Amino acid sequence: MTDPLIPPKRKDPLVVTRAGHVSPTLRSRSATAMAARAGMGRFVLQVCDDCAKATYPQRDRCPFCWGTLSWQDQPNGAVIEAETTIRSSIDLFFKEHLPWRIGSARLDAGPMATVHLHGDVARGDRVRLELKLDRAGNPALFAMPERETPHMADDPQLRVFTAHPKFRRVLVTDGRSEIGQAVAEALLKAGAKTVFLGNADPLMRYPGQEQIEAIPGIEPVHLSLTDTRSIETLAGQLGGRVEIVVNTARFTRQGGVGFGGHLSNLQSGLDLEVTGLMRLAQGFAPALSARSDDGDRSAAALVDIASIYGLTGKAGYAGSSATAAARLSLMASLRGEMAQTGIRVMSVLTGPIEDGWHQNVPPPKTTSAQIARAVVTALEQGQETICADEVAKDVLARWLQDPILTIREENK
Amino acid sequence: MARQKPYDGVALCAPVTVPYMRFSDKSAHWWTGAALAALARQTGLGPADFDGFCFASFSAVPDTVVGMVQHLGLSPRWMDHIPTGGASGVMALRRAARAVQMGDAELVACVAADTNQIDSFRQTLQGFSRFSQDATYPYGFGGPNATFALIADNFMRSYDVSREDFAKLCVAQRANALSNPHALMKKPLTHAQYMQARPISDPIHLFDCVMPCAGAEAFIVTTPEKAQELGLSTARLAATIERHNAFAEDGVQTRGGWARDIDDLWSAAGYGPQDMDMVQAYDDYPVIVAMQLADLGFCDKASLSQFIADTDFTIGGSLPLNTNGGQLSAGQAGAAGGFQNVTEGLRQILHDPLGEQIPNAQRALISGFGLVNYDRGICTGAAVLEQDVLR
Ligand SMILES: [Zn+2]
Repeated sequence: MTDPLIPPKRKDPLVVTRAGHVSPTLRSRSATAMAARAGMGRFVLQVCDDCAKATYPQRDRCPFCWGTLSWQDQPNGAVIEAETTIRSSIDLFFKEHLPWRIGSARLDAGPMATVHLHGDVARGDRVRLELKLDRAGNPALFAMPERETPHMADDPQLRVFTAHPKFRRVLVTDGRSEIGQAVAEALLKAGAKTVFLGNADPLMRYPGQEQIEAIPGIEPVHLSLTDTRSIETLAGQLGGRVEIVVNTARFTRQGGVGFGGHLSNLQSGLDLEVTGLMRLAQGFAPALSARSDDGDRSAAALVDIASIYGLTGKAGYAGSSATAAARLSLMASLRGEMAQTGIRVMSVLTGPIEDGWHQNVPPPKTTSAQIARAVVTALEQGQETICADEVAKDVLARWLQDPILTIREENK
Repeated sequence: MARQKPYDGVALCAPVTVPYMRFSDKSAHWWTGAALAALARQTGLGPADFDGFCFASFSAVPDTVVGMVQHLGLSPRWMDHIPTGGASGVMALRRAARAVQMGDAELVACVAADTNQIDSFRQTLQGFSRFSQDATYPYGFGGPNATFALIADNFMRSYDVSREDFAKLCVAQRANALSNPHALMKKPLTHAQYMQARPISDPIHLFDCVMPCAGAEAFIVTTPEKAQELGLSTARLAATIERHNAFAEDGVQTRGGWARDIDDLWSAAGYGPQDMDMVQAYDDYPVIVAMQLADLGFCDKASLSQFIADTDFTIGGSLPLNTNGGQLSAGQAGAAGGFQNVTEGLRQILHDPLGEQIPNAQRALISGFGLVNYDRGICTGAAVLEQDVLR
């Protein structure tokens, strides 16, 4: 049984913070391809195009018939055939996290694999393997108990592979929006200690303000993503006290490119969503990175919520889609940077939001509750990319299958 | 399968060991040169005299045998590079023997050398193999200790072998090491000390692990005529086997390639396990020694514990094992760790040991095991050596 996590003590300011080392990062291209799929929450292995056998570790050709390989979703059951508790390591990250348990797993899909073991898993057990990302964004097989056990998510090894909100302090950038409020509430329900809730204009009331600010754990803060100084000031105040940052800022307007679009809308969207994301990252990435291996309350993640149409463009929402595209691109670059410091960079993808700017779009549309649920799931699972709703899932599936076709379809 | 042809016209001679050092600021090139200089002292030969060169090393990067040949002024008409660590001695022996037998070379220097600088072990591990970089080291980075812990965990339960059994092997090897002036471990090891050692990666404890170090080993493969001309004592090669990636279908490794080919070894040699005066086996973790004893035909796995209890593995015992102390007690100098089984076996049958002599030793079984590419040792080999002419 897992010991429940206890609320971390206030930090002793004289104790040196543990440097945020990441586990060894050298990987083959095939391992990186596995990571890309792991980031979307899939459990995949390479399967031979000719003999249909699954293989692991990551190869470039089938070891049974020399056929070509492709990534396919596979059954994730396994049996642990041997285990060890590592008590000595020369790696800069693991030597601070000993003892560390690993095992040899026989996968239902066929291959043997070395896997991380959850504390409730032992030799001889049937397990459920999850394909996680490690702190450096590389693929990691993690053996979970087959059935839920008490305080399962609190397992210290598992927490290295997730960004679970429990006892963490979160900054949500835009509390003035319904999305920001839903996300803040969901994070507190998931165990977050505090949600610092951003407000770009403290002198102006906003809908829902009284209810949300009355919830224990909510701390309103002044934050405007279009104002570099406001971010610098807040980062100076909160930098050492925030473990997760969730960017809920959004600026959607209808309009095309040659027809019906307003340049001022595009400029406002770019300033808030794109330049704003970069301001936010420049303000908080260094502080998060410095505390990525800081005990039970390590800094863990930066989450951004963006439209799925950033992948494709969208007829009638050209400017907003272009803004989302820039936002996704910045996130991809930031992910590469933060992989060196052990902070997860996550994107929640949404379809058209159920709000006043999408009145002409037929349902289904994305609700604030769906977005909040996706944020919490991504953090709890350590998942890099997650779709909040059915529209986003559908567009992403088609885009993965055939990007150039999907781009045409969405801009008709 | 075609039967192995005899190694007629092949003589093994001049085993040398360059004394090991725990850490060295010298390069693999320096240690290789030291081994060749030791061969030169035994034979009176220089760089121009060797027409064959077989090389094994982990730490010579970016150089291979090519760089080493120019670095050390050799001009061979035959050369080979053996990247198989603990199996490299047996493999070098086989390749050089055939080259000499067929006349592709007449005088082959087989050399393994590795340095051990501060932090070089960690750096070697990081880039060791693609599978381990992708799928082993990110899992706790326990290094070979963790991989062999998984193998030992499974092996001990499958065949009812205990740490007590491993203790006997390690204690005997330490006793053997005490007469070897070059051994890094110079104090006796008691059963109690072995049992009480600190855990490294369960069930692997401190005295199951080797001490990485710098060092070099070398020997000469030539014709009987040339050896006579040089005044060198010689051994003959009775038979060999080699196998890689055997039993890939096994889950956790419980056997090595020997199990597949062992009958061929004994039938080609014309001897059996009972005819051997010693075993010089790969010993990075005693579980692998136990695995070899069974796979090489000394007993079956179910009776391993009993066999170990009934056998005296010291130099004066019923089956002397790793008589220089093995890697566990003499030190593991990288690829040279895969050569010391050959050099020590040769020395014992040529009656020129570093430490104590096995009384009247005539025949040695050499066994190599190398390269944990992912979750198991991939390369295995074995050779039977027999005393030929003492000079
Ligand atoms: Zn195939």
